[in-house]
Amino acid sequence: MENTILKAIDFDAYFGENHVVKKINMEIPKNNVVAVMGPSGCGKTTFLRCINRMHELIEGATTKGKMMLNNEDVYGMHPIFVRHKIGMVFQRPNPFPNLSIYDNVIAGYKLNGMKIAKRDKDIIVEQSLQKAALWNEVKDSLHKKGTFLSGGQQQRLCIARAIAMEPEVLLLDEPTSALDPISTSNIEVLLHELKNNYTIIIVTHNMQQAGRVSDKTAFFYMGELIEYDITKNMFTNPQDKRTQNYITGRFS
Amino acid sequence: MKFSFIKSRDSRSNLLVREISYIAKMDVWKSIKIKRTFRQIRMEKIFRSSLVLVALSILVLVIAFLFTLIVQSMPSIKALGFSFLFGKTWDPVANVYGTYPFLLGTLFTSFLALIISIPFSFSIAIFLGEYYPRGWFSEFLKNSIELIAAVPSVIYGFWGLFVLVPIVRSMELKLGVTPYGIGIFTSSLILAIMIIPYAASLGREMIRMVPSSLKEAAYSLGATRYEVIKTVILPYSKSGLFAGILLSLGRALGETMAVTMVIGNTSIIPKSIFDPGNTMASVIANEFTEAASTLYLSSLIELGLILFLVTVLINLIGKKIIKRFTTD
Amino acid sequence: MPQNIQYRLGKSKAFKGFIIFLSVLCTLPLFLILIYILKEGFTKINWHFLVNLPKPVGETGGGIANALIGSLLIVFYAAIIAIPFGIMGGIYLSENKKSRLSYWCRLSVDVLQGTPSIVVGIVIYFWIVKPLGTFSALSGSIALAIMMLPIVVRSTEETLKLLPSTLKEAGLALGLPYHKVILRIILPCGFSGVLSGIILAVARIAGETAPLLFTAFGNPYFSTNILKPMQSLPLLIFNYATSPYDEWHDLAWGAALILLIWVLLLNIITKITTRRWKIQF
Repeated sequence: MENTILKAIDFDAYFGENHVVKKINMEIPKNNVVAVMGPSGCGKTTFLRCINRMHELIEGATTKGKMMLNNEDVYGMHPIFVRHKIGMVFQRPNPFPNLSIYDNVIAGYKLNGMKIAKRDKDIIVEQSLQKAALWNEVKDSLHKKGTFLSGGQQQRLCIARAIAMEPEVLLLDEPTSALDPISTSNIEVLLHELKNNYTIIIVTHNMQQAGRVSDKTAFFYMGELIEYDITKNMFTNPQDKRTQNYITGRFS
Repeated sequence: MKFSFIKSRDSRSNLLVREISYIAKMDVWKSIKIKRTFRQIRMEKIFRSSLVLVALSILVLVIAFLFTLIVQSMPSIKALGFSFLFGKTWDPVANVYGTYPFLLGTLFTSFLALIISIPFSFSIAIFLGEYYPRGWFSEFLKNSIELIAAVPSVIYGFWGLFVLVPIVRSMELKLGVTPYGIGIFTSSLILAIMIIPYAASLGREMIRMVPSSLKEAAYSLGATRYEVIKTVILPYSKSGLFAGILLSLGRALGETMAVTMVIGNTSIIPKSIFDPGNTMASVIANEFTEAASTLYLSSLIELGLILFLVTVLINLIGKKIIKRFTTD
Repeated sequence: MPQNIQYRLGKSKAFKGFIIFLSVLCTLPLFLILIYILKEGFTKINWHFLVNLPKPVGETGGGIANALIGSLLIVFYAAIIAIPFGIMGGIYLSENKKSRLSYWCRLSVDVLQGTPSIVVGIVIYFWIVKPLGTFSALSGSIALAIMMLPIVVRSTEETLKLLPSTLKEAGLALGLPYHKVILRIILPCGFSGVLSGIILAVARIAGETAPLLFTAFGNPYFSTNILKPMQSLPLLIFNYATSPYDEWHDLAWGAALILLIWVLLLNIITKITTRRWKIQF
């Protein structure tokens, strides 16, 4: 496909002897939201963490196969470059507790040793917070610590922090599982806005969420990619029996 | 009204300008980012390897410690062999080096101190761990115990020399033994005070870790508080309490200054606990800088080596017990 | 039967009383020492005492300026040596929990912690004093730095271990280099723990005498040259307290009070730091 941005080719991941992600082949089109769902322990989070090489931080974790970002293997680059191009937001909001909101957003630049003029920094912070739909709520308290925000605001701060680096792909690992329903819907609305600029891969165990936010959906089961299709097709007409069972709630 | 309209239009156009300049500058920032990152990757490598280097150097430091002690005590090990340990006379003038009096002195002071301190440290452990874990007095007691550990040993020695020694001397007069005042007994008293905090704070932690379900089971059978402490709490935490005693002992064996100041510094075998004597640490402190001959110096270092090995062993055993206790 | 119960309850009460009695008795020596030193030392301390040098035997007056400055310098240099090493070691241990090197390194730290201070003095004598041919403040600082090291390593390790791993992941996922994640995010978040460990270590070495006997050695005159012998408070107390002269005893009492205040103050600061600068998650 012409506009494929990310492509996994025969991709495997292990924890020591444990084979947790098995032979994944998957293409992710540009400026789409792709949801990855499946029962817990199916390897969906591990797969996500493999994309920006966070998986290898765990002791004994290894991978095999290729992960192509714009036709360049992620596993041939230095992880720092990979993570500049592929941003990530975690399950629980994790703003840096020692930094202010402003410094949290600019952290990716500042802590990379880049000297940017104060005016430019202001622009980056403002734009990123605006894109994360947080600007209006925090513009008067930019220099307070990020940990005083509510959970939903903290998560949007983490999104702002990730997109300040202008990544090409944004990975979200169950970003709303620790949030209340209102914050959740705020973030889901935000994803719609963000896909104009970024490609988004979101892991979720919440089927409704996958249906609401994504263009395409992948279903993982026992470490394998069972089915991968346009979200609408997937939910109305699943090809695989296991997908059907999952969607109709017959799995736990 | 008009003014605010202008202002809002102005801020909107401002925003547009900013958006455009943001997009325009993005490429510039990205290229700076890439250039900087190569430097950061180099720094990252340096940082990782310097961490390993530091860890390695700590290990090397300890090995070099042991090595230095062994090399420097070689002359005395070769010349004296086992007579070093069992020789009953220490007379540098006659070039005779037997450390039996110091071994005896060290054992006497340390174990006497331990015996004196144990009832106190266990009491504090039970007080803070079981009876009153909270409250202002417990906080006060806890802080006081920590302060006992914080007071420098030279101050204990000084105080012992001027306050405790006269008291012990008058006590000895009443008992009818030679009233030196200084000596093994006085050292043990000082040491006992100094080592209370070690066993007490560890014992407190251990007693706190006794599961309340065990205690409740005993209470439900009609046991009194004393019986619960005796039959449940102490047996359950006994290995932890023992580790605390070991750490106290290690501390007592290695303690130098306070002992040096009140023990009397004579190299004669002590006949009773009221006699003056010497410990391994106090001999080193007293004679190291005056040791002129190689053999003299080397035998002092051999004493240091023995002291090092014994205290380290005791400490490591103590820590191992604590570790096993806390991970269970 | 009721009599038996009463007997048991009585025994329980008596035991409790006994425990309380012994516990309270424990604090007695501490306060006796504090009060005695305060009483003896307080009258000796005045401006003159702080800025003058000790006078020769037979003359009254004189001060401890050389020991005061010497102690500060020796402890300062020791801290400068030990803090970076200790923090780096602590970072290594908390980051590499299971590696073989960290097992041996942890063991080494335990060994250092259990090493009698006088032994440290002996070893540094052979490492620094003998090659340089003279006692020196530098060798004293190095000896004290070795005493400090295990405390700083341990407190750093324990503090950093307690920080959530998500913090490190957040930094790395942002494409930050490892050293910036550790130094600019992880370490600042554990700041209070690391700092209180450092202060505690300083408090501990400030009163150490034994490692200085064969290294800094002491010096009756004023010296700030780190390659020459230097006086320090604990050394002065030891030397003057064991001397037969009353004038020197007076100096030693004053010095003991100052040392005591210094050490206790550092301990109190440690408590405050642990409480104050806790970062919330």
